[in-house]
Amino acid sequence: MKKTTYIFLAFLFLLTTFTSFSQEQRFPKPEFETGYVQPSPETPEPRTASMELVDVAILLLVISLASYFAIRRRSRTGILGLTLFTLLYFGFYRNGCICSIGAIQNITLAFTDPTYAISISALLFFLIPLIYTLLFGRTFCAGACPLGAIQDLVIIQPISIPRWLRKTLGIIPFIYLGLAVLYAATGTDFIICRYDPFIGIFRMDAEFHMVILGIAFLLMGMFVARPYCRFLCPYGVLLNWMSRFSKWHLSITPSKCIQCKLCTTSCPFDAIDFPIQEKPANSRSNVRKFILYALLIPVWMVAGSFVGMKLHKNLAKAHPDVYLAELLISQPELIHDEDNIDVQTFMASGKPLEALIEEAKAKREDFYMGSIILGAFIGLVIGSTIMNQVVFRRREIYQPNRADCFSCGRCMDYCPVEK
Amino acid sequence: MEKKAENRREFIQKSARLSLVLALGGVGGFALTKTTKDEWVWQIDPFKCTQCGRCESDCVLAPSAVKCIHAYDLCGYCDLCGGYFKPDANELSTAGENQLCPTAAIERKFIEEPYFEYIINEDLCIGCAKCVEGCTSFGNGSFHLQIMHNICLNCNECSIARVCPSDAISRVKSNEAYKVKGDFTTNT
Repeated sequence: MKKTTYIFLAFLFLLTTFTSFSQEQRFPKPEFETGYVQPSPETPEPRTASMELVDVAILLLVISLASYFAIRRRSRTGILGLTLFTLLYFGFYRNGCICSIGAIQNITLAFTDPTYAISISALLFFLIPLIYTLLFGRTFCAGACPLGAIQDLVIIQPISIPRWLRKTLGIIPFIYLGLAVLYAATGTDFIICRYDPFIGIFRMDAEFHMVILGIAFLLMGMFVARPYCRFLCPYGVLLNWMSRFSKWHLSITPSKCIQCKLCTTSCPFDAIDFPIQEKPANSRSNVRKFILYALLIPVWMVAGSFVGMKLHKNLAKAHPDVYLAELLISQPELIHDEDNIDVQTFMASGKPLEALIEEAKAKREDFYMGSIILGAFIGLVIGSTIMNQVVFRRREIYQPNRADCFSCGRCMDYCPVEK
Repeated sequence: MEKKAENRREFIQKSARLSLVLALGGVGGFALTKTTKDEWVWQIDPFKCTQCGRCESDCVLAPSAVKCIHAYDLCGYCDLCGGYFKPDANELSTAGENQLCPTAAIERKFIEEPYFEYIINEDLCIGCAKCVEGCTSFGNGSFHLQIMHNICLNCNECSIARVCPSDAISRVKSNEAYKVKGDFTTNT
C-alpha cells in the first residue's frame, strides 16, 4: 500500500475514536416504530426563594409581638402563645431550619470563604434577634426561638442551681461558640447544626444517638430549666452581650417594688437578682482581689493559647483532607483496602498524594492560628468570669439579671403590685 | 454621690450599646456585601459521583432525599440492562432474584422488539446507587442520582456533602436546581 493510504487510514482511525469518545454512548438511542413517547424525568421544584422571606417576616412579627408582650402588655399568656406558635411553625413545620443559632456559621463562612455567598434570609435571621435584643432584651429566647420553645414547655419542677455551678457551666457556650466559628471558618463542618439536639424531634427522624440526646435534654429540662439555652447555646453568648446593654428590658414589677419577695421563686432559670444593700464587710480585700484577678487575665489567655496550640492537630483531624492525609501517611497499606471508600475514591481521582498532603498542611496551618486565637478567647472568658465574681453592685429591688433573663415573663404574674 | 454613680452607669451603658450597634453594623454591613438574592440548594454532579452508596446512609432523612433519576435521552433501552439486572442474573426476566435494585423500585416495561423502558418508582427508591453503578459500568449511564427538592430539607450544611468522597455535592442556585444528564455527554 502507498504511504498516503496509511496516513489516510490512520486519520480515519483517529477520527472514529475521537467521535466515539466525545459521544460516549455505548448503546445508541433506538428509533421507535410503535409511536412510543419518551417520558422526561421529573424534577420537582424546590421551595421558592420568596418563602424564605416569608420566614423572615414571620420572625419579625413574632419577635415584635414577644417584645410588646414582655415590655408593654406584660402578658405571660401572650408570650406562651407565641412560644407555642414558634414551636409549631419554626419547629415542627419548618423543621427547625433556618435558625438564628446556626446562622452564626453562615456569617463566619461568608467572612472566610471568598466563594461563599450568604443568602439574605440567613443574614437577616442572624441580625434581627441581635438588634431586637439590644433594644428589648432577650425576647427572641422567650418567643421566637424553636429550641427555646420546646424546652420552655417541658419545665415541670425546676430546681435552683447554685451560682458557682451556673457560672462554671456558663463557660461551655463560649467554648462551643469558639469551636463552631473555628470549624465553620476552616470550612470543616457546621457543628451547631449537626449536634442540634432537638432537630431530630422536630423532624421526627434522626440518627439514634441524636434522638437519645434530644430526649435526654428534654428529660433534663423538666428539672434543670432550659439546659441547652443556659449551658450550651452559642448564639446565647451573643444575645447575652446584647442584653446586658439593652435599651429597655422586662421588669418584674409594673411600678415600684415593695420587696414582698413573692417573685423570688418564680424564675426557673435563677435569673432574678436579689437586692444587695450593704457592701460586703471585707470590701478592701475585694478590691485587692479584683485587681489581682484582672492582672491574671493575660495569664489565662497565654495559658489558653498554649493549650490551643497543643490541641490544634487534634482539632484539625475533623477536616476530611487532613484526616485522609494522616490516614494515608500512617497506614500506607490502606491504598489496597477495597472497602475504604474515601481512600479508593481518592486513588481513582488520580490526584497525587503530595498534593493532598500539601492541602492538609495548609489546613493545619489555619487550625494552628485558629486554635491559638480560640484558646486565648476561652482564657479571656475564664479570666473575666472569675474577675466578675468579686464585683459588687448595689441593688435596691428584685430585678431580672439582664444577661441571663430570657424575658419569658413568668415573674410578672407573681408581682402583687398594681400599675 | 448617688446621682453621680447613676449618671456614670448610664453613660457606660450608652457607650457600650453604641459600640455594640457599631459592631453589629460592621458585621452586618460586611456580610451584606457578600449576599446574593439567589437561594441555594444542594445538588449532586452526576459526573463526579462515584456511586459509593453514602447518599443512602448519610442523609438526615430516612429514606434519603437522594433518588435515582432516569435521563431517558441517554438510555439505550437495552434488553440486558446493567442497571436492572444483577451481573449474574439467571435470565432476563422481572423475577426478584435477577434484580439489582434492593427495593424493586425499577419497573421494566416492554415497548417493542428488542427495546425495554425502565421507570423508577421514586417512592421505593432509597438512593443506594446500585443501579447507577450498574448502568454507568455497563451501559450509557442514563441512571444517575439527584437530590429531590420536594423531599430535601435543604439543611444548612448537607450531611451527605460532608462525607461525599468525591465532593460531588455542592450548592447550586435554586432556579437551576437539577443537574440532569441530558443530551450532553461531557461535563461542560
